[in-house]
Amino acid sequence: MIRFDAVSKNYPNGTTAVDALSLELAEGGLTVLVGPSGCGKTTTLRMVNRMVEPSAGTVSLRGQDIREVAAPELRRGIGYVIQHAGLFPHRTILDNVATVPLLLGWGKKKARSRAAELLELVGLPATMAKRYPYQLSGGQQQRVGVARALGADPPVLLMDEPFSAVDPIVRGELQAEFLRLQKELHKTIVFVTHDIDEAIKLGDHIAVFRTGGKLAQFDTPERLLAHPADDFVADFVGQDRGIRRLSFVQASGLPLREGPVLPVTAPVADARSLGEPWVLAVDAARRPLGWAAVADLPPGGTLADATLAPLGHTFALAGDSARAALDAALLSPSRLAVGVDAQGAVAGVADAYELSAAIAGASAGVTTTGDAAGAGTGDGTGVPTSGAPDTTPGGVQDGTAAGAGAPADGEAAPEAAAPAAPAAPAGQAAPAEAAESAAPAEAVAPADPADPAAPARPAAKLTKRDAGEGGPAEQGGVGGGER
Amino acid sequence: MNDLLNQIELVGEWLTSSAQWHGDDGIPHRLAEHLTYSGLSLLFATLIGLAFGLLVGHTGRGAFAVATVANLARAIPTFGLVVLVVTLAGLSTAPVLVALVALAVPPILINTFEGVRGVDPDTRDAAKGMGMTGWEVLLKVEVPMAMPLILLGLRVAAIQVVATATVAAYPGLGGLGRYIVDGLSRNDYQLVIGGSAVVVALALVVQAVFTALRRAVVSPGLRPVVAKS
Amino acid sequence: MRDGEPLIRWVWIGDHVGELAHYTGVHLRLGLLPVLFGLIISVPLGMLCHRYRWVYPPTLTAANVLYSIPSLALFMIFVRYTGLTERTVMIPLTLYTLSVLIPNVVDGLASVPDPVRQAATAMGFSTVRRVLQVELPIAVPVVVAGVRVAAVSSISLVAVGQLIGQGGLGYYITRGLQLDFPTPIITATVLIMLLALVTDALLVLAQRLLTPWARGKGAKA
Repeated sequence: MIRFDAVSKNYPNGTTAVDALSLELAEGGLTVLVGPSGCGKTTTLRMVNRMVEPSAGTVSLRGQDIREVAAPELRRGIGYVIQHAGLFPHRTILDNVATVPLLLGWGKKKARSRAAELLELVGLPATMAKRYPYQLSGGQQQRVGVARALGADPPVLLMDEPFSAVDPIVRGELQAEFLRLQKELHKTIVFVTHDIDEAIKLGDHIAVFRTGGKLAQFDTPERLLAHPADDFVADFVGQDRGIRRLSFVQASGLPLREGPVLPVTAPVADARSLGEPWVLAVDAARRPLGWAAVADLPPGGTLADATLAPLGHTFALAGDSARAALDAALLSPSRLAVGVDAQGAVAGVADAYELSAAIAGASAGVTTTGDAAGAGTGDGTGVPTSGAPDTTPGGVQDGTAAGAGAPADGEAAPEAAAPAAPAAPAGQAAPAEAAESAAPAEAVAPADPADPAAPARPAAKLTKRDAGEGGPAEQGGVGGGER
Repeated sequence: MNDLLNQIELVGEWLTSSAQWHGDDGIPHRLAEHLTYSGLSLLFATLIGLAFGLLVGHTGRGAFAVATVANLARAIPTFGLVVLVVTLAGLSTAPVLVALVALAVPPILINTFEGVRGVDPDTRDAAKGMGMTGWEVLLKVEVPMAMPLILLGLRVAAIQVVATATVAAYPGLGGLGRYIVDGLSRNDYQLVIGGSAVVVALALVVQAVFTALRRAVVSPGLRPVVAKS
Repeated sequence: MRDGEPLIRWVWIGDHVGELAHYTGVHLRLGLLPVLFGLIISVPLGMLCHRYRWVYPPTLTAANVLYSIPSLALFMIFVRYTGLTERTVMIPLTLYTLSVLIPNVVDGLASVPDPVRQAATAMGFSTVRRVLQVELPIAVPVVVAGVRVAAVSSISLVAVGQLIGQGGLGYYITRGLQLDFPTPIITATVLIMLLALVTDALLVLAQRLLTPWARGKGAKA
């Protein structure tokens, strides 16, 4: 889709912003360019719409060298979002969003009705249409910026640190909504950020740049966390990458046990007879109400007469990640995490040891599995098509393993595709494993205790992305049990 | 207070005397002269000042020259220039017009330049990134955003031209300044104050025109920015 | 102009050095005192406008309307009250400076970063001391930029005052016209320009000495 071929950008003063970059970005995928300041990520982005012209190499879009298209024409077909939105202060919100359609000569009426649709799409009320940018908050301006970039429904979006100028809470909201939007729209997105957390949260693929405009690693977020190519990447990804990887492990596969669960109507004697220090009281629909400390139970009556300690939070088997489950265990007064099903009923409990044992097994098998969330994004590639493999340590990985999309993709780099040959057709996870084992990086990775071929093991199902990570809504569950 | 009423009465008497409304020395004729001098010179100055201001602001080249010219021009005493032009070129309209244009160009030039250059680089970047051509960036983004300053420059230039056209009566030109200069030389205070009243009225009209123009032309999105004068 | 008359007769200049110096002094007084008076009016008024924003628009409009009135007409209005004196020239010139100085005082005060203002308050500055010792000094570069514009245009406008007999170097402009003799006109015009430019340069220098911390930022004129 977007292909960089040995692209360099040197400035007359001798600095090299981008150094011999070769990279191919998948259609319909969200690729994040991340790295410290001065690493050339923004320059790389701006070369796609010719805001910066490369000194050497070619950038092509859908197989066509972008220099063959006049710059303004090219840019009208590519959405562009920048850090401070760059809204036109002299135009209303509606007219800002209608900018590109008007440039394309759509006619005022059509352009404005399209703009109104887009405002709704990005979650802005119609009452904002007539306002001017200065009357909007930073977060709202950024939404307008996204809407404006979508004006003519371009297949490609370039986003240069679009969310970094707003406060963390608003940023979280914008990110979550942006992901929702992308699920609907399937744009090919290039996204620049300096924030590795944002990159991991949003990206289908992540290109980590190092100072001097060199690509350090190009990989899926899971693999970036699991197998950083070198010390620089490991350092950049951060020390808690072990915990963060858990975001990619789905909670649905975690082993749960029945645990000390009793209806709130049960007599206290029943609770004592279980022989556990804590008992979880549930209502008639098995929804959790709170934990009761057995030692503090009243002499008689039912659990309803006991003082219940708050749950902390529960985790949903469908949708939450192992990270949320582990967190639930750590916060629970009984040290037991409570898993709930889609109806909010208790499915079972597990403590941190049980969880971590299961997670260790599961995440050792973490690979680029099929994208459960964004099914059909068809990302496959992401393979550096480098002519200079030494500059692209990321070349060892590959997105081809990314589930269903892989076979469709004929563009897989030879060096990645070839070793993958012995892939066993053992279900979904297998090709991924095969690809991984082909990677030299695997040599230093710990041995994989989870043999995917062993059906006996209730392997945790892996998800590519926990879309709602950190979103308060996801943590849901029933709050304090105090009545 | 009595004296003020007295003056107003003097002005009223002068304005209502029928002599003021006929012939070469009548208000309509003098006003027409004044408006012709001011209007023509402002028109030429606008063409020159806008063209160069937009060019330099858009390309960023020649900024230093613009600043230098504007600073030097501000230091020129208008009275000296007009009198000098008449002394050297004789008493005709064209040379005085050239002098008026020369005085009116700098404020238009410098404010247009500052207005365009002051456009937020992010906004310019976004405009270009969305596929605007250089001309589209200039006409759809830079000019509308520079409009408050462009109008400010035009207003300052208009005020200066109207004032200098008044002074131009001293070396012998027509226009509303004639009443003041003639009144002074004839010791006719009524003529002086009557002429002054008309000049003040014209100045207020000019001011009002620019206020209205600002309302009409400047986007409400830009209004919270208070323009400097 | 008479045939054969040169643009400049240097001898005339040589013969009039003393007189020129005298009129230069008068010119400077007539041009610069109004700027000083204007500043004395604008600083408190600007502070008021900064403190109570609603005061600002009407004040600015009034200053702009005054500025729009041609000097010749304004001189004539004041002649009635102050006669053919220097005051008749200086009062209108003072009024003209307001349209530049008031907005620059307001902008200067607005240029004080909020954290600085809050830090000063937190350290226990009283309002008056905070304004005098923190806010006004920080506003100086912007205010000086306004003073430069006001001073230059004031010096150039003084010459018009010659029509009521108080024009400093403007004397030579009317004199030259009456005698059909360009040398005094050119001399006076050039001298007035030089006065304006030198004053401007001195103000830049003064600002650098007054606000060493703002060096390099180059307040815009």
